[in-house]
Formats: sequence, C-alpha cells, structure tokens
Amino acid sequence: MEFWYSEKHTENVYLSIKVDKQLYSSNSSFQRIDVFESLEFGRFLALDGFMMLTEKDEFIYHEMITHVPMAVNPEIKTILVIGAGDGGVLRELIKYPSIERIDVSEIDEEVVNVCKQYLPKTACGFNDDRVNIYYQDGMRYIRRHTGVYDLIIVDSTDPFGPGEGLFTKEFYGNCYNALKEDGIMVNQHESPFYDEDAAAMKRAHKRIHDSFPISKLYQAFIPTYPSGHWLFGFASKKFHPVRDVNETKWESFNIKTRYYNSNLHKGAFYLPNYVEEMLKNVE
Amino acid sequence: MTLTDQNRAPLYEALEELKSMHIVPFDVPGHKRGKGNKDLADFLGAKCLAVDINSMKYLDNICHPTGVIKEAEDLAAQAFGAKCAYFMVNGTTSAVQSMVLYVVKRGDKIILPRNVHRSVINAFVLCGAVPVYINPQINSDLGISLGMSYNDVVRAIEQNPDAKAVFVNNPTYYGICSNLKKITELAHKHNMLVLVDEAHGTHLYFGEDLPISAMAAGADMASVSMHKSGGSLTQSSLLLGGENINTDYLRQVINLTQTTSGSYLLMSSLDISRRRLYLHGKDIFGRVVKLAQYARDEINEIGDYYAYSRELVNGDTVFDFDVTKLSINTSGVGLAGIEVFDLLRDEYDIQIEFGDLENILAYISVGDSDKNIEQLIGSLSEIRRRYKKPRTSALKHEYINPVVEMSPQDAFYAKKVSMDIKKTAGEICGEFVMAYPPGIPILAPGERITEQIIEYIIYAKEKGSLITGPEDMHIQRLNILQGGR
Repeated sequence: MEFWYSEKHTENVYLSIKVDKQLYSSNSSFQRIDVFESLEFGRFLALDGFMMLTEKDEFIYHEMITHVPMAVNPEIKTILVIGAGDGGVLRELIKYPSIERIDVSEIDEEVVNVCKQYLPKTACGFNDDRVNIYYQDGMRYIRRHTGVYDLIIVDSTDPFGPGEGLFTKEFYGNCYNALKEDGIMVNQHESPFYDEDAAAMKRAHKRIHDSFPISKLYQAFIPTYPSGHWLFGFASKKFHPVRDVNETKWESFNIKTRYYNSNLHKGAFYLPNYVEEMLKNVE
Repeated sequence: MTLTDQNRAPLYEALEELKSMHIVPFDVPGHKRGKGNKDLADFLGAKCLAVDINSMKYLDNICHPTGVIKEAEDLAAQAFGAKCAYFMVNGTTSAVQSMVLYVVKRGDKIILPRNVHRSVINAFVLCGAVPVYINPQINSDLGISLGMSYNDVVRAIEQNPDAKAVFVNNPTYYGICSNLKKITELAHKHNMLVLVDEAHGTHLYFGEDLPISAMAAGADMASVSMHKSGGSLTQSSLLLGGENINTDYLRQVINLTQTTSGSYLLMSSLDISRRRLYLHGKDIFGRVVKLAQYARDEINEIGDYYAYSRELVNGDTVFDFDVTKLSINTSGVGLAGIEVFDLLRDEYDIQIEFGDLENILAYISVGDSDKNIEQLIGSLSEIRRRYKKPRTSALKHEYINPVVEMSPQDAFYAKKVSMDIKKTAGEICGEFVMAYPPGIPILAPGERITEQIIEYIIYAKEKGSLITGPEDMHIQRLNILQGGR
C-alpha cells in the first residue's frame, strides 16, 4: 500500500509526500483541517488541502517572519499576530524577554486545538503568560485598534479561502492605523515563481506599497511551499529593514536559530532581478 | 395542486427531460444547443446553451401557457399567495408597464408617488394616462425620499375620485415601506385598484419579521424582481395578480409588449428560484437579516456613517423598514454617497449597488460571506480615515412639486425644440431627466421647468450622478415644447 498526499502547486505541477498515516481530519466552520504523519517531513498540517507547515521545514518560515522585524527594532514590546493558529510564530517571539504583550487574532479555534494536540513542537508558545488569544476574524479585530502595536505579524493562509481578506487594501490600511508611529508590519507574501502566486504577490505588494511609506520584500527557501521560493513583506512607518538593523542588540539576546542570522538578514532583502522587476512594475 | 408540489419545478424538470430525449433541432435558436457557436459555449458553458431552446410541444409557450409554464406559474402564484402569477422575461420594467397598461387607458388618471421608477412614466407615454403625483415625504437629514403619507393619499383620492388606481413603491430602494394595508383598503373603498412596484420585495414573501408583502396586504397587482433578492437570472421577474384581476385580460396586456421568444434560461431560473425560496426562504433571509444587522452595527461603530434601520419608523411615511437593506448615510464623512461608491470600487475593489448624493446602498444577499461583509466594513473605515472631509453644506433636498401641464404621451410626441438648459425655466419639458442611480425622475415629459429644477440637475451632475434621459447626452441642452411658455 502506498498513501500519498498531493498538493496542486499549479494546474500542471504537484508536490507529493508519502504519508505514513493520517492523524486527524475534520471540517471546522471555516475550513477542512488535516494532520498527517510522513516519513520525510515528520508531521504536517494542511488546511483545505493546502500544506501549511511540516515539522521538518517550519523553522525557516517561523524564524524569518519573527526575527527579521525584531532585529530591526529590538525595542518592540507590543505585538499583534494575525493568524498563527499553529503557534510557530509565538514559539519564536516568546524567546524575547523584552516583549511584554502578544495578542493573537485567529479566526479558527479548532486549528489551535488541533495543533496543540498533534503539533506540540510548534504549538508550545500558546501557554506563555504574555499571549492573549482572540478567536475572531483578523479584519474585525484590527478595525478596533488605533496606534497601539509596535509590530503586526500577518501569518495568513493563501489569498483564497479564509485568508483572502488579509490581502486586501483595507486590511493593510487598518494595520497601518493600528500601529504606533514607528510600527512595523510583516506578512506572509506568497511566491514570485508560478504565475498565479506571482499575481497575488504583486497585488499584495501594490496594496502595501500604497499604504506604508516603507515597503520591502525579503525571501527565504521553504522546500514544501510552491516552488520553494517564498517571500515576506516588511512594511514600516519609520524603520528601514536593512539600514536600521541592530545586529549587536539582536545578538545580545542570544537566541538560538537554525536559519536566521545577521548576515542572512541583509542578504534576504537582495532579490533576484526578475522579482525586482515585478515589484517595480506595481510600485 | 397541493403544497407538496412546491418541491417540484415543472419547467426545470421538463428541460432536464428534454435533454435526455436527444431531439434533433431543426428550429431556432441557430446555435443548435451551442454546437454552432463554440466561442459562446466555451464562455457560458455547454450546459447553459443546451437549454437555450425555443418554445415547443414539451416546453409550452409563454404567450399562451397551458403546460409546464402554466404549472410553474401556478406554483409561483401559490408560493406568493397570489391568485395568478406570470413569468416575465423582459424585466420588472415590463411587469410594471403591464400593470399600468391593465388599469389605465388614454386620459385616465392614476395616483402615484413621484419617486417611481422611470418604467412607470414610460408606460404613461405608451398608453396616454395622466399621472397625479403625491409628494413622497423627504427625510432631509438623510436626503432620502420616504413612503406616501396616508393623509396625502386620502387627499389625492378626494381630489381625483375618477382616478383608476393607486400605485405604491414598496419597499423603496432604501427599504422604506408605506402603510400598504391601509392605503389598499382606502383605495378599494373608492373602487380604485392598487398596483405595487415590489421590485425590491421578493424576500417579503418568504422571510420572517419583515414588512407586509403586497399580496398579503390585499393589493391587486405586484411586480416582483425575482432577480434581485430572489436569486433568479437578471431580467427575469414575476407579475402577481390578486382576486380582482381578470387573469386572461392581464395575459393579453402582457403580450402587447413582451417577447414571443421567452428565454428558457430566464424562465427556468424563476421556476428553480421559486422552489428554493419556498423551501428555504426562512433560513436564507434569516441569514441575510443577520448579516445586514451585523454590518449596520459595525458601520455605526466606525463613527460618522449612519446605517439606518427601524428607528426611522414613524407610523406613516416610514410605516415599516426592510431590515435586509443596508443603506448608509455618508454625509457625516463629508463625502457624497456617489464619492464613497466610487472610492469603494476604485480603491478597494468593491462594487456596491448605488450611491446618491448622501447615501450608499450595499446589497446584501445569501451569496455574501462573513468575509465579504468584513471587507466592506474595513473599507468604509479606511475611507473615513483617509478621505474624511468637513461636512459640506449639502444642497437641501426639497420636494420639487412637478407641475404636470399635459399628459406624458402628448408631450413626448409634441413638436419640440432644443434649448440651452440654463435658459429653459418656464418652458414645458419634452423629455425625461433622471438622476441615475436611483432612477427617479427630476422631469418627465409634459412638466413645467423651474429654476430650482435646473439648479438641482446641474448640482447632481457635478456630484457625479449620471444624468440620463435627454437626447443631449451631455445634458447641456433640453428639448422643450414649441410654444409651451
């Protein structure tokens, strides 16, 4: 018997992972949730059939979406995380003793419960005292806040399905409004490689670029995401992600990372020509 | 016919059956089930073109229904609590015109509020009837026209005892309802029929705790846009008739203007939608009410916007309010409704139903998700943050009492000359002038032009309202009646 998980990366490209067994499957009010055990990638979580994280490569995503803004402004104290039902972002953030408060707006409580049960290696951050979870739509949560956060991390699913609203212009504007005067927003920014992903990536960049004075992209290599070439957005009211990075301060935190380091921080913002060109076209 | 027959959709079933019969088509339409027009079939879908068929033995005929169309219409009549129902394929416009053509002929009077749809006055051009307008009261804070005051109807009936009918918009675009039941009783007492433009009221027949429907109020005819809240295809509509209606004569009147090639796509969409509404309408509109109420609460919390609801009810000109409507006054944000309408589309990729000078209307239906509603609310909050201006002194809406000098038909066909609009005060207008949306006439053929009217047209135009009707597309000139001054 062979049991394979296949995800369509495009109409003509599949990623398939051999599954040892399925650990969990259900339909929440928002989406289908599945957890599989695989030989190559360990356990992995899929939402509506799309790969969200695997135990083997999730560290790349979670380190890059958290340590980059923290190194630019190590004074960050108050953070809002939108999405993040798997807890990986929280696991990284709670490594900073200087952070005082982490609010989480996650739409689907069931994802959190499933991750706590089946993916304890990522979901270990939920129990920290500084973490407050609000189970509601991020779009609704963000509207009610003005000038309160140092950092907003948008750890969303793809721009189709429940995550769609987190790629809209009004959402980015609402984020701008919820940030303090030196606030930073970091978001999952899709991939530049396949056409459909690239279109979503460009649309998102245009909208963020219209909403924030500084908006840059940085990249990471995430093997299980479509094409493996993944982007993150760094939008900010004041800080430049490369010029203002505070390596000494960040290194003094003495946080052990497997992907992120200070050299890589700068390098991640140097993008391939074809990506730079796409961005220039929408700016 | 029993109520359990509401599980059926005879016209839809006949089309399904026909598909399995593999009849060789040597009749129109020439695309022959899509095979003759691959581009169109690729675009609309082969399934769709397979049922784009002409009337035939198995499918009945819309002009003279005796088979499956008749059955489907009877089921619709039962579902809506009417004596008779007609499938209309030329839009609610043709339903409205059929109502008018049924009750009045050349020279007859009909009592109606000024904020009627243009299709009503167009019908007067066709039949030569004479309108007696009632001032729909205006809420000047919101800049919207309301329902008819009962006492105004009493007065109009007293002054025009020879009128043949009273025409009511219920609910209006904004969700405002008149006291339909009392107006109907009054009209019937004076031997007048009651016609209801219920274009925005399909859901009243199926939801709970909504304003009374035309048929339930005892009205004689109602034009119901199934394609609005009912979910059928655009241009499909229903004309309902009550006890006082001669059903065969009404059929003849409909046939005066309706196509003889009724689209089975449109008709089957009416049949399927009727079944769905009957079986699931309560749940469907329960959810719509919930979504609309959530949106109203959230929008009112943003500040400066006013999403109004039942608090407007005053027992007369706002006898009831349709809570499925999400109407929002934007003047607190310092923006015209039409400006917010444009910003939503151009900046936030959101298309709403309309914007007028001070309001917008977002159409909420069962097709909306929580996410869509959040997008709308989030965008409105962003528009306020980014574009808010000091409240401007808006041109106050005053009811411009139309001075009807002759019937719309006589004026429409009279000898006319073109004149610079700014010089037309005192002349008799020979054409329509409409601000669209919401499509309510500022001038109709046969009415005297005033300074106030000219000022309003120029203002509405400046604010970005689309002015339609006149021959001159730029609305710099108007056709006036020769020697009308």
